[in-house]
Amino acid sequence: MKDIRKQILKYLETNSKADLAELAVLLGHEEAEIANEIADMEKEGIICGYHTLIDWEKAGDDRVNALIEVRVTPQREKGFGKTAERICNYPEVNAVYLISGGYDLLVTLEGKTLLEVSRFVSEKLSPIDAVISTTTHFILKKYKDHGTILARKSKPERMAVTP
Amino acid sequence: MREPLSKKIVGIEPSGIRKFFDVVSEMPDAISLGVGEPDFDTPWRIREEGIYSLERGRTFYTSNAGLKDLKKEIGKYLERKIGVSYDANKEIIVTVGGSEGIDLAFRTMLDPGDEVLIPQPSYVSYLPCAVLADGAPVVIPLQEKNEFKLTKEELEAAITPKTKILVLPFPNNPTGAVMSKEDLEPIAEVVKKHDIYVLSDEIYSELTYKDRHASIAAFPGMKERTLVINGFSKGFAMTGWRLGYVCAPERIAQQMLKIHQYAILCAPTNSQYAAIEGLRHCDGEVQEMRTAYNQRRRYLLHEFKRMQLDCFEPFGAFYVFPNIQEFGMTSEEFATRLLEEEKVAVVPGSAFGESGEGYIRVSYAYSLEDLKEAIGRLGRFIDRMRNR
Repeated sequence: MKDIRKQILKYLETNSKADLAELAVLLGHEEAEIANEIADMEKEGIICGYHTLIDWEKAGDDRVNALIEVRVTPQREKGFGKTAERICNYPEVNAVYLISGGYDLLVTLEGKTLLEVSRFVSEKLSPIDAVISTTTHFILKKYKDHGTILARKSKPERMAVTP
Repeated sequence: MREPLSKKIVGIEPSGIRKFFDVVSEMPDAISLGVGEPDFDTPWRIREEGIYSLERGRTFYTSNAGLKDLKKEIGKYLERKIGVSYDANKEIIVTVGGSEGIDLAFRTMLDPGDEVLIPQPSYVSYLPCAVLADGAPVVIPLQEKNEFKLTKEELEAAITPKTKILVLPFPNNPTGAVMSKEDLEPIAEVVKKHDIYVLSDEIYSELTYKDRHASIAAFPGMKERTLVINGFSKGFAMTGWRLGYVCAPERIAQQMLKIHQYAILCAPTNSQYAAIEGLRHCDGEVQEMRTAYNQRRRYLLHEFKRMQLDCFEPFGAFYVFPNIQEFGMTSEEFATRLLEEEKVAVVPGSAFGESGEGYIRVSYAYSLEDLKEAIGRLGRFIDRMRNR
């Protein structure tokens, strides 16, 4: 990978809101060059989206998050892909991963209530033909998400002026 | 009552930075760009290792020169970084911060009247430490037009038959100047020609933004006349752990060890165990910090350019050293007014020697958000001063 791409991605990964002119200064490149690289990477599907990390709990909007382990019968010539794609289509599904180990797909889900999540599992997920079984884990608290430690802002301890 | 104080200590000025610190601490809404230490926490795996070492009850003295494993890791690290190999058993002493190494070196090597060449602007402790060791400090004022590097001519002009040690403080606090391999080569030639020693303070060696740090100790014939000071404070963000080291030819190191043994005994055990982890596994963390510093450095230089504030481009440490002579104030007046009027603290260049007059030290060991706020205020102040 080109070094400039690496630098841009590394920066955007944690600061997607960066302004182009500022990013150009910070990385020591021309603004146009940065803009072109970003546009190319969007086109190539390297940059897939720009998201915001939100502490919904703090925002006063209670949401229920769940991790669901799904065991799936692989289908002839399609493997797990077809079932995974199908699960992806539900808008309440956040992520679908193929997993090694005791089960096959890990599905993360966001719902408004416990009931809503359990309904999704019993009415949508479980009835899929290839799905053998599901195990639902509810997330009780997020301590760290996307590399960011939530709910921790400590006061600076440094002295104001030192040699 | 008898005079309790020695003439020597009374003759030493307290650090010019102290005064500012006292004022700033009284201002809760001041933004400080006056700090000489990283804003990053020590990488977690280093801190965790410190915690484990306490849990395991590793609370005893270590041998005087430091833990064998730590000295071995330091040896490997230096071999990898500066291409000089040191005998971990005989040539490396683990010290309480890099600053202890400076003190040890002077006390071990100086007889009364021996001259120590100190390029300035530079860190505040070389001169008093030389005086405390009965040496005669000789200041070499560095020039902005040379990007605050030491030149062969400046060095030649300062050398006398009494010259014993040249202090080489690069990457430099407060200017941010670095000296490349090409810059060091002629210096090494002069040093050898006049048969003097070098105290190379490389505490900021991890923080260079153009070329990799080069040490004068790596030149042929220089290892035997160079003392390399380094430590964990800056690159590994471990200031409060108080851990550094000095590498010196065996004959010098063994005598330094006597002072260390009697005055200090050993560096903190806990810090030593933690530092081993740092040397073995924290290249990635160090690189991340370097990248962040470099971005802030570019940001500051860009903003200064926009404000038309004259500043040479420094490639090391975490300081920029803009020239404020156009405002017709001393650097202390400038810093004081900036603090009073806009509540931004910087350190006047004069705190680092007379040749720092006309400059201010701006530290970028701060988050980009803090820097932006401070730069906004500095910009307002500068506009006001220009339109007086």
